[in-house]
Amino acid sequence: MYLILIGGGNVGLQLAKRLLAAGNEVLLLEKDPRQAQRLASMLGEEVVYLGDGCEIAVQKSVGFGRADVVVAVTGEDEDNLVVCQMAKLVWNVKRVLARVNDPSHEQIFRQIGIDDTVSATGIIFSLIEQRITPDEMIPVGALAKGNIEVVEALLSHRSPVIDHHVRDLKLPTGTNFVWLLRDDQGLVVTGDTELHEGDTVVALVPRDQASALRTLLLPFKA
Amino acid sequence: MNVVIFGCGRTGATLALHLAPNHSVTIIEQNPEALRRLGYKHNCRVVLGSGIDEDILERAGIEKADVFFAVTRGDNTNLMSAQVAHLKYKVAKVCIRVADPNRAEAYRGLGYFCITPSSLMAGMMRDWVLEEPFAPIDVYNILPKELEVQ
Repeated sequence: MYLILIGGGNVGLQLAKRLLAAGNEVLLLEKDPRQAQRLASMLGEEVVYLGDGCEIAVQKSVGFGRADVVVAVTGEDEDNLVVCQMAKLVWNVKRVLARVNDPSHEQIFRQIGIDDTVSATGIIFSLIEQRITPDEMIPVGALAKGNIEVVEALLSHRSPVIDHHVRDLKLPTGTNFVWLLRDDQGLVVTGDTELHEGDTVVALVPRDQASALRTLLLPFKA
Repeated sequence: MNVVIFGCGRTGATLALHLAPNHSVTIIEQNPEALRRLGYKHNCRVVLGSGIDEDILERAGIEKADVFFAVTRGDNTNLMSAQVAHLKYKVAKVCIRVADPNRAEAYRGLGYFCITPSSLMAGMMRDWVLEEPFAPIDVYNILPKELEVQ
């Protein structure tokens, strides 16, 4: 596979290393001459290209036209957006992936057709949130344009559903328990499953039923 | 008209002052210093921040805007903010300053009205010295073959 990465910061460097180690053809674009030189000394001259990935002349000379994937990982969302958009628009690149630094920008990336985005800030935020707030239901993903949420809830000893069978719970309309994590083992949930303290429940829930599910699974919070 | 302008450089400030007497103008700018270009007597609304952020755009009244101008120095900043204005807030008219003529051409293909100052200026200078009348903007957007990439 030929992958073009735009942005030779830490993310770009680590990504390039791993993709190279996996045997791919990789080109890393960096517009700062000094940084490009540093990168070249670490990755090899042939892997690094000095230039602005938003310029069509640069895109042409590094071969956007034959790239299998273009990945934009600069620290600026506007640069990542334009590179990916041009890769699709001008060069018909089949797969583009963008790093989104500010999670509130994700919607516009989707709206212009960049469906693959990675938001480190968003991921770190939800990981931290997970650690600092017990008894919370945490959204881990969204399906159907956000109308269905994938959520997980860690059941503490305070949860009202501990020691209940799933069949006896009155689940909100359209809600489905997909999976249960117990002692680092994944279990498929059936009506017979009895919920224990320390279980993490993964559920699909329509967005408007999320608060009903929270009320069911988690202790009342004043 | 409700006008929102992102970028208070020379272009943004001049445009704002052209329109302000007869229209409701809001200008978005990151750098408070740049607002001096408007002078002290202007009647524009000012919002400090970046026009790629939705809360800033909303504070500038983007939901009721009839036209949005993205005229900062950053091509990508302009292209992103204008697309937010158009796609998310359904602003009917958006105008984007894009310094890179090739990038501008790509987005013209999507239907955006992009102005490339260097192309415009070079074309007008050509017509001036040849004593030709000034032409419509589309004429100035045509690049000499040597500058075309594809």
